Amino acid sequence: MSALKQRKLDATQARLAGLEMPTGPGAWISTARADAMARLRTMGLPSRHDEYWKYTRPETLVQDHPVPAAVFQYDEAPMFDAVDRLRIVFVDGVFDPEASDDLTLEGVEIERLASASRSDVHPVGTLYGKLETTGQTPVERPLATLNTAIATDGVLVRVTQTPSRPINLIYRHLDVNSDVYLHHVIKVETGASVTLLESGPAAARFNKVMEVDVADDAMFHHVRTQGRDHERRAATHLFARLGTRSVFKSFTLTVNGVLTRNETVLELTGDDAVAHLAGACVGDGDFHHDDTVFVTHDAVNCESRQVFKKVLRNGATGVFQGKILVRDGAQKTDGYQISQALLLDGDSQFMAKPELEIYADDVACSHGSTSGAIDEEALFYLRSRGVPESQAQDLLVLAFLAEAIDEIEHQAIGDEILDRLTGWLKRHRG
Amino acid sequence: MLEINNLHVKLEEEDKVILKGVDLSIQSGSVHAIMGPNGSGKSTLSYVLSGRGGYEVTDGSAQLEGQEILGMDPEERAAAGLFLAFQYPVEIPGVGNMTFLRTAVNAQRKARGDEEMSSTEFLKVIRAKAKDLKIDADMLKRPVNVGFSGGEKKRNEILQMAMLEPKMCILDETDSGLDVDAMKLVAEGVNALRDAGRSFLVITHYQRLLDHIKPDVVHIMADGRIVKTGGADLALEVENNGYADILAEVA
Repeated sequence: MSALKQRKLDATQARLAGLEMPTGPGAWISTARADAMARLRTMGLPSRHDEYWKYTRPETLVQDHPVPAAVFQYDEAPMFDAVDRLRIVFVDGVFDPEASDDLTLEGVEIERLASASRSDVHPVGTLYGKLETTGQTPVERPLATLNTAIATDGVLVRVTQTPSRPINLIYRHLDVNSDVYLHHVIKVETGASVTLLESGPAAARFNKVMEVDVADDAMFHHVRTQGRDHERRAATHLFARLGTRSVFKSFTLTVNGVLTRNETVLELTGDDAVAHLAGACVGDGDFHHDDTVFVTHDAVNCESRQVFKKVLRNGATGVFQGKILVRDGAQKTDGYQISQALLLDGDSQFMAKPELEIYADDVACSHGSTSGAIDEEALFYLRSRGVPESQAQDLLVLAFLAEAIDEIEHQAIGDEILDRLTGWLKRHRG
Repeated sequence: MLEINNLHVKLEEEDKVILKGVDLSIQSGSVHAIMGPNGSGKSTLSYVLSGRGGYEVTDGSAQLEGQEILGMDPEERAAAGLFLAFQYPVEIPGVGNMTFLRTAVNAQRKARGDEEMSSTEFLKVIRAKAKDLKIDADMLKRPVNVGFSGGEKKRNEILQMAMLEPKMCILDETDSGLDVDAMKLVAEGVNALRDAGRSFLVITHYQRLLDHIKPDVVHIMADGRIVKTGGADLALEVENNGYADILAEVA
């Protein structure tokens, strides 16, 4: 073992030694936690020397205490307020039954992780940590493993039909020192479909894992918003497996945040599956946003699409690391990836590492990455028609983000995202 | 309407002087044409008047209805009633043509202290005007100029002009890239806007556009100056004899 690796493992040991291992509710979770802890001890927590942590410093996500984050005071209606949805509220990482709706909804079974059935053959609980584990190869994601080891709350969701309303996981942040680990497992059964929304600032430091198993002919739609809290640090992981003819669509809006790392790991295991991943982020000043994506095609005739757009100003930083892996035999794969940054000044920066690794010979894969400034010609054209400069610039910024926002399946939700972005742009002019 | 006096302009980035003392006076309700060989400064004049960056005015003035415009932002000039139909209309992916036009119309109204146009009223007006220019609903919905043919782009410029109802319209080589039918359509659109309270400055290389948009006054521009001014006949003279004779005559 190299000295570097040894130092990393020693540091990990020291960090883990101080942790209190949670217990219960069932044997399935105790086993998964012990397994995660063992894996973590051999892989070690992320360090800046790791290949996938070159552009994002992991220290504050790894250290034993969170950097305190002021509680953000919102001056607008809660996200998705106009959507008829089932609300599940967590306050600093703890499920709040008072603030949440009744968890009964036709076509779906929802259980809180902390109080889930103890049954050893729990239909969803036994998946806990499974996709996180398979998602470690070929690239390790130790913060997700840490989450599997110590998370105590979250939801287990089993979708058996098509519920009439979306489910909204709402994260509230009240404690400036909160250090939150949430772990959700969602199983969408054959032919079922569900829309899952996530919103709210969550914590000073937020580590979240969501594992989604989308069975054959099932559909999973996901829209997540992060922000507008400025001081949060977040590391999130979304692991999903897609069955035959299944559809997976996920969109994330990120506004503000000192440090956000969103990792998405998708595995298309059934033929004819479709996966769309999109993200739009806007940052001003002390802002670091990292999208790290790994899509594996392991079946025939699947489509995957990644659209990530970042608007950065006043020294904000954007990172994109996206990979498409097409395994031997995954013929007729249609893979697309675009990552773009709009830099509104010379101080901001965007670092992109697009990767394709293809072992099948009959595939169509394309990727592109660009970073650039506002199109001066377009700006002048708009202004020459009487549109004031700031408004013209906003129009062009929203146009830049449109390709990502267009990935949102629900028109009303897409419109709300646009409204929020318009508001953000108005507040962050000049 | 538009009074240009002794206008001198150089490129901002380099020491290249483009306009070397342009004088031009356009009365309300009249149509002036500027012709001239390549590199004479015609397009620069249109850009400088509309407020495009990259140029430095070193001397002279330009007044729209008595108001000095050269120090204004492009949007202020537009609100004051100036309009430039671009030689190369800009494609703006992601911004719907309709959204663009409504934003522009209402921004100008707001700047002038008028009430904004409701979406119903706007739709009614734009549909009628688009129909005259044979612009279909699809073109209105598509992103601004994206995937438009040369003719569609120019018709879209005229539609914007019709919607914004400017007082002073500058057409920069609107005939370039148009076939005869498209040119007729565009000219009809322009002619429909001719009005006692509206003036036009038509910049063109060729006389043929002026067959359709009849000018009251024709200017010949060369080497950054207006070197000759005359009636519509002057355009025919250019068409028949080229610029060489005229330039030799004034030299």
